[in-house]
This record gives sequence, structure tokens and C-alpha cells, in this order.
Amino acid sequence: MNLAVNNTSLFLAAFLVLVALTISLWQKLGLDRDIVIGVVRAVIQLFVVGYVLKYIFRVNHFWLTLAMIMFIIFNAAWNAKKRGDGIDHALPISFVVIFVSTGVTLGVLVLSGAIRFIPSQMIPISGMIASNAMVAIGLAYRSLKTQFHDQRQGVLERLALGAGLMDASIAIVREAIRTGMAPTIDSAKTVGLVSLPGMMSGLIFAGVDPVRAIKYQIMVTFMLMSATSLGAIIACYLAYRNFYNAKKQLK
Amino acid sequence: MTTLMRLQHVNYQVGDKLILNDINLAVPAQAQLTVTGPSGGGKSTLLRLMAGMISKTSGDLQFDGQPIESYEPTWYRRQVSYCFQQPTLFGKTVADNLAFPYQIRKLPMDQQHVEAALDYVGLSASLLTEAIDDLSGGERQRVALIRNILFLPKILLLDEVTAGLDADNKAIIHRWLTHLNRDRQVTTIMITHDAEEIQAAQQLVQVMNGQLEV
Repeated sequence: MNLAVNNTSLFLAAFLVLVALTISLWQKLGLDRDIVIGVVRAVIQLFVVGYVLKYIFRVNHFWLTLAMIMFIIFNAAWNAKKRGDGIDHALPISFVVIFVSTGVTLGVLVLSGAIRFIPSQMIPISGMIASNAMVAIGLAYRSLKTQFHDQRQGVLERLALGAGLMDASIAIVREAIRTGMAPTIDSAKTVGLVSLPGMMSGLIFAGVDPVRAIKYQIMVTFMLMSATSLGAIIACYLAYRNFYNAKKQLK
Repeated sequence: MTTLMRLQHVNYQVGDKLILNDINLAVPAQAQLTVTGPSGGGKSTLLRLMAGMISKTSGDLQFDGQPIESYEPTWYRRQVSYCFQQPTLFGKTVADNLAFPYQIRKLPMDQQHVEAALDYVGLSASLLTEAIDDLSGGERQRVALIRNILFLPKILLLDEVTAGLDADNKAIIHRWLTHLNRDRQVTTIMITHDAEEIQAAQQLVQVMNGQLEV
């Protein structure tokens, strides 16, 4: 193992936070409180997660692994919902969307033999999938809201011409799906050139041969494509109707 | 003459503000009704209510003898078609706009019918490939109006569609509306501030402070 982080080195590395704090205070950004809260939260959350994962990996129980995955999905849905503020039923929609996109993607990975149904593989991969789906959904929600606001007149005119809700919204829905998927496609284009992504970096850090490590990263690239496209499309199709009332009028 | 649209004691309220107050109006089939009145008086709101774009707070609003709520909204809006004062054109070209009414009915665009409609309002078929950004104000308004009548509605609601247009464009639109009304039995309800249009009105009502004066 190449891994050498110990409590002392972590403590010393914590001085890096002072860089962010200094910048915030010096430039009067007003972020100092958020930085402190963010760092403290991150440390506590990661410690708790570390111990919880250690326990789950050790007991290696099917239902416990599934419960942990559901917990991840629910948290991702809760976060996506915040981006969908103002869209009715944003929480159940987000939950269904992340559940389906994570479920389908995980299913393909397990059935294809790319990963095994053991907690140490299922949980980190679920987290990656759910968090990317969450970001995609959040972006799609924001795009829907902005477009329904900015293009209100165009939507009204389509409705006035006798368009159904889908015909009145399709241009907006397509753009929102595109917005949701864009970061994943962009990062797929630059993967390895701009950054060495998390999965691959982690493996290389742990001493795995880079040629083996990239295979995992390729798998991650594929799975994130699937998760974000499924997430964005289902979220948009479930959410757009909420911009209209039962009389097919724009709210 | 049968009454095509009837409003009885119609109110429309937003919060505490009464926008339309006890509107009573009967529009006979094939009428040519002109609506005028000061800005902010509630004219556009009245037309949007009739178009099913918004819903009345209270009262009775009937189309063809039935409350408008009893109709499927999309079907209804194809019968009672609302034309906006400053229309937004869709897509990139004129063809994108004129294909839209066909698209929502899952039909292929009828090129001949579209060209005939363009011709009737003095626009050439070559305009179909024109980018919407290159159109003049009068051309935009005519293209937008054609969208509303490629499939003839029973009622055409026109919200100041000639405002800001020059005399030639106005004359083309007037001639066309008269044709639709006289030859194609389309009932027209038109909001206007234009003195000549008010002068020429067959049936004139005024909306002022949310109330209708005949």
C-alpha cells in the first residue's frame, strides 16, 4: 500500500483551509462562516461514513447494502428537490428518477460482471451514480424553470394554437435534458486530459497499475452517461406537466 | 342567429383586485365584434378568458351552448383561437411556424393550402424558407395570423393585431378578416384602439375599469 495519510498529516493539511478563510476575509466575501461550517460538516460526515462503511463491509449483508443504497438515493433526491424548488412533487419525482437511473445502471454493471454485489463495490458505485444523476436532475430542473419563465409568451402562443402540453413544452424539455446531460458529456470528452477522475486516481493511489485503473474509469464513464441521460430525461418528462394546471393553462 | 359565445355575470379576480366585473355578453355566430376601451381596462383579460387561457373566478361562460370547462382544453382552443398582439414566431423559418398547426394535429404540412394562405395576405411562397429574424413587423404579424387559421376556428380572438402596422398592412389584414368572416363563417372578436377600425365596427363594445359597456 502506498497510502500514508495519518492524523498528523491531516491536521497539518487542515491549514490549507486557512487559505480559503484568508481569501474570504481579505476580499470581504462573507464566506468565512460557510467555509468553517462546510469543513466541519465534511470532517464529521466523512468520519461517520467511514465507520458506517467499515461496519457494512464487514457484515456484508444483502439487505443492509440495499438499505445503504436507498439511503444514498433518498439523500440525492432530497438535494435534487432543492434545485426543483417551485416544481410540485419535486421530491417524489427526484426519488423515482434517481431510483430508476441508479437501479438500471447498477443492474447492467452487476449483470455484465463489471462489478460484484458486495458492499465495497455496490455502495461507492451507487454513490457515484446517484450523485451524478442528482446534479443532472438539478440542472434540468433549473433549466425547465428558467425556460418556462423566459419563454412564457411562446408557450402561451403554442397553447393558444391548440397545442397539447407536450407540443407546447417540447422545445423547453429537450433543452433541459441537454443541459442536464452536458457536464457528463463534456467531462467524458476531456477525461484523462484535463483531470484524472476519482475512480482512476483512487486506484492509482492505492498502487494499482494505471492500465487496469483506466478500465474502471471507462466503466465509470459509461455508467455516468447512462445515469445522467436517464435521470435528465425522466425528470424532465415527469416535471414539465407541473408547470400547467388541470385546465392545461400555464401556471 | 344562434349565440356562439355567452358570458353571464363573469368575474375575474387576481388576489383582491377585480379585473373583470359582472360581464354579460352574447356573441352571435358569424358576428364581427369590436372591443375597445382604455389600456388596462380588462380587454385582453376578457379575450384570454374566452380563449380558455385563464379561468374566470365566477359566472358562466358558454361556447356553443355548453360551459367552456366541459370541453377538452386543447380541442376548445382549436375552436376559439387567440391571436396575440406581439406574436412570437417559433423555430428558425416561416415554414417552422406554418408547419406547427399540422404538427400538433399529427398531419403533414399541406403545402398548397399554406401557399394559398400566404398568397391571400400578400406574401410569397418563397417566404417559407425565410428566417423569422429577417421578417418585417407586418410580415411577422401576417405569418402569425396564418398559424391561427390554417385550420379554421369557429371564433378568432384578435388582440390588437394591427397595432403598430402601416396602412398597407392594416388594409391587407382587414380585407382578410372580412373574407374569413363573410365567406368562411368565422366569428371575429377584435380588440382595437384604432379610430378607423372603431368607426368601421359592426358591433362595438367598450371595456372600462373591468366593466362592459355596450
